[in-house]
Amino acid sequence: MTDYLLRGGRVVDPAGGQDRRADVLVSGGVVTAVGERLGGSGATVLDCTGAVVAPGLVDLHAHLREPGREDEETIATGSAAAAAGGYTALCAMPNTDPVADNAAVVEKVWALGAQVGLVDVVPAGALTRGRRGEEMADLGEMARCAAGVRLFTDDGAALSDSLLARRVMEYLVAFDAIYAEHCEDEALVAGGHMHEGERSVALGLAGRPSEAEFLIAARDIALARLTRCRLHLLHVSAAETVELVRRAKAEGLRVTAEATPHHLALTDAALASYDTNAKVNPPLRTERDRAALVAGVADGTIDAIATDHAPHALQEKESEFTLAPAGIVGLETALSLTLTTLVAPGLLTLRDALERLSTAPARILGLEGHGGPIEPGRPANLTVFDPAATWVVEPQRLHSRSVNTPFAGWELSGVVRHTLLRGRPTVRDGELVTEVMV
Amino acid sequence: MIPQHLLSIDQLDETAITRILDTARGLRSVTDRPLKKLPTLRGRTVCNLFYEPSTRTRVSFELAAKRLSADVINFQADARSSVSKGESLKDTAWTLEAMGVDALVVRHPSSGAAAQLSRWVRARVINAGDGRHEHPTQALLDLFSMRERFGTLAGLKVVIVGDIAHSRVARSNVKGLVTMGADVTLVGPPTLVPPQVESWGAKVSYDLDAVLDDADVCYLLRVQRERLGAPAFPTLREYAALWGLDRARAARLKPDALVMHPGPINRGVEIAADVADLPRAVILEQVANGVAVRMSLLYLMLGGAEEPPGGGR
Ligand SMILES: [Zn+2]
Ligand SMILES: [Zn+2]
Repeated sequence: MTDYLLRGGRVVDPAGGQDRRADVLVSGGVVTAVGERLGGSGATVLDCTGAVVAPGLVDLHAHLREPGREDEETIATGSAAAAAGGYTALCAMPNTDPVADNAAVVEKVWALGAQVGLVDVVPAGALTRGRRGEEMADLGEMARCAAGVRLFTDDGAALSDSLLARRVMEYLVAFDAIYAEHCEDEALVAGGHMHEGERSVALGLAGRPSEAEFLIAARDIALARLTRCRLHLLHVSAAETVELVRRAKAEGLRVTAEATPHHLALTDAALASYDTNAKVNPPLRTERDRAALVAGVADGTIDAIATDHAPHALQEKESEFTLAPAGIVGLETALSLTLTTLVAPGLLTLRDALERLSTAPARILGLEGHGGPIEPGRPANLTVFDPAATWVVEPQRLHSRSVNTPFAGWELSGVVRHTLLRGRPTVRDGELVTEVMV
Repeated sequence: MIPQHLLSIDQLDETAITRILDTARGLRSVTDRPLKKLPTLRGRTVCNLFYEPSTRTRVSFELAAKRLSADVINFQADARSSVSKGESLKDTAWTLEAMGVDALVVRHPSSGAAAQLSRWVRARVINAGDGRHEHPTQALLDLFSMRERFGTLAGLKVVIVGDIAHSRVARSNVKGLVTMGADVTLVGPPTLVPPQVESWGAKVSYDLDAVLDDADVCYLLRVQRERLGAPAFPTLREYAALWGLDRARAARLKPDALVMHPGPINRGVEIAADVADLPRAVILEQVANGVAVRMSLLYLMLGGAEEPPGGGR
């Protein structure tokens, strides 16, 4: 196995508490030395001049669409997109076809991810069979199988039945697993297409009110208190939800939360011309909500920035707004959006950005080898990016099989130069290393 | 000033609306001639692309285009076929454009469909009603009808009653009327009058009796009880009792006040059967004015610079 010397970069490592100029020597898939002017005879030099060397990014929330919608994304293309975006691990959502509600499906996803080998694909399992919200999925079997599922969710919709939600939470305690919720009350959002407010009324689109989110979030926090289950709130979008999480944490509950780059960067103003690429659930909300999310990410109330990468077929997104599916691809823009919209204007330090994009999600998922610290003996899961370099988002040039991004044409700061998964470059000098089977 | 595509009445300022109404006035005389035709749009093709059945609007546009000597194609499509099977809206639009269509008049159940179409085609797009978003030509013909009666729209007290939340007619009318300086009050059960409508510059009331006496125009919207999810009011009977224009309420209107309705009428719900037939109900006059206003729009959007016959006002 080739040794690599990452030379001339700035190591920013939230878990190890480092931010310094240092070279990183990688040998046999692990970090063997971190320090100034390292020798490393025989090692291949990866130029990191002017770049940040960080722990590989970890995404808590990605839809890879396989099995079922391989026309939109596959584990191979999604992994390629992830590596290109600087990720070394991601949590694959279970709303596939068939649904990942049993050990066979999650093991298959896990094995396919390992076979592609561009990123650690960590499958999430469904809470209920078929995501129908009627009976428990094979929770224990998924937790105990080779894939070792740690996060369970019916993402796409909330679990409506409060009693079943309680029972699932109680049961998951046995495995110290996470109950993760897409917080939107089904009845309150039925038929809705965007945030309910002045803009939805003006555009003549039925709304999905913030209340739909924070009512479910409040219920789940109450149930987490009752059951002592770990709770993770997916893609928080409303100011009130941020406040609920803040209070739950102050109380000492085991509640974590994530926000997406699109909710941190955009508001419902993005829908003014019925751009279906900005249609997403939960919906883009108001500037007040966006500001509260940013503040929540900055003060740690929101633990992680997660993509909710949701590829959709072009012909489905290019239809009438009310018929178009909701979702945004995010794996290749998350880092740059975070740097451009949060770090550059001084809303978030670079260290905290990397904590939210890598260290915290790795900790939540219990991924030992990810999220840093960047220290001798640790698996070399690393991302090297040039924070000052800019690029323009051209959807057709992304590695994802789908192009549904509202950021087309945006100029973003932050270009991934190298990504290393256990010491092996998956991206080198900005190019994906392994030609994936597409 | 006259936009390339007419998607929302927001695109029209006071000058533009006045020009459209003045032109319509000139063109209305054509309708009264024995030979009801002008050569203005000879050689041009107007396509009515309708994803909802609406005979009245379609016929109105068809007559308007034909009276300006345009060729007219009617394309009736099924909105449900769009995603699951059949041709997409975009492909349909491209196909029609390839056939040399100059203007697409679009009616669609999805809000924003006209705006989306306008990004995909070079032909002029006229929104003939998109979901619950807007119906700008309906608003223009309503404004025309009111102006014909009252001479001006400035200061006119207009009460719009009914399902504001789901009404494209209400959206376009309120904004058009406010642009022209009218004083608009929206009335209905709170379930159908979202508070955000105050940002359009209209007042909101839940009590029809409190606002009727001053009204110059009482504009009634069609009401349906069955909507996705929970109904907006207990029964149609209760709606009629609280927000319907019955004979007693109609009698309280000022002598010269107008009763308007975009049709089709639910007799006995938003308007009592006998009130709809009162002479002051200008509902049929609205229909006739619709042709003139749509001629005016087609003329201004597709026609040359020449002045229409009859001149402005
Ligand atoms: Zn979700
Ligand atoms: Zn999701």
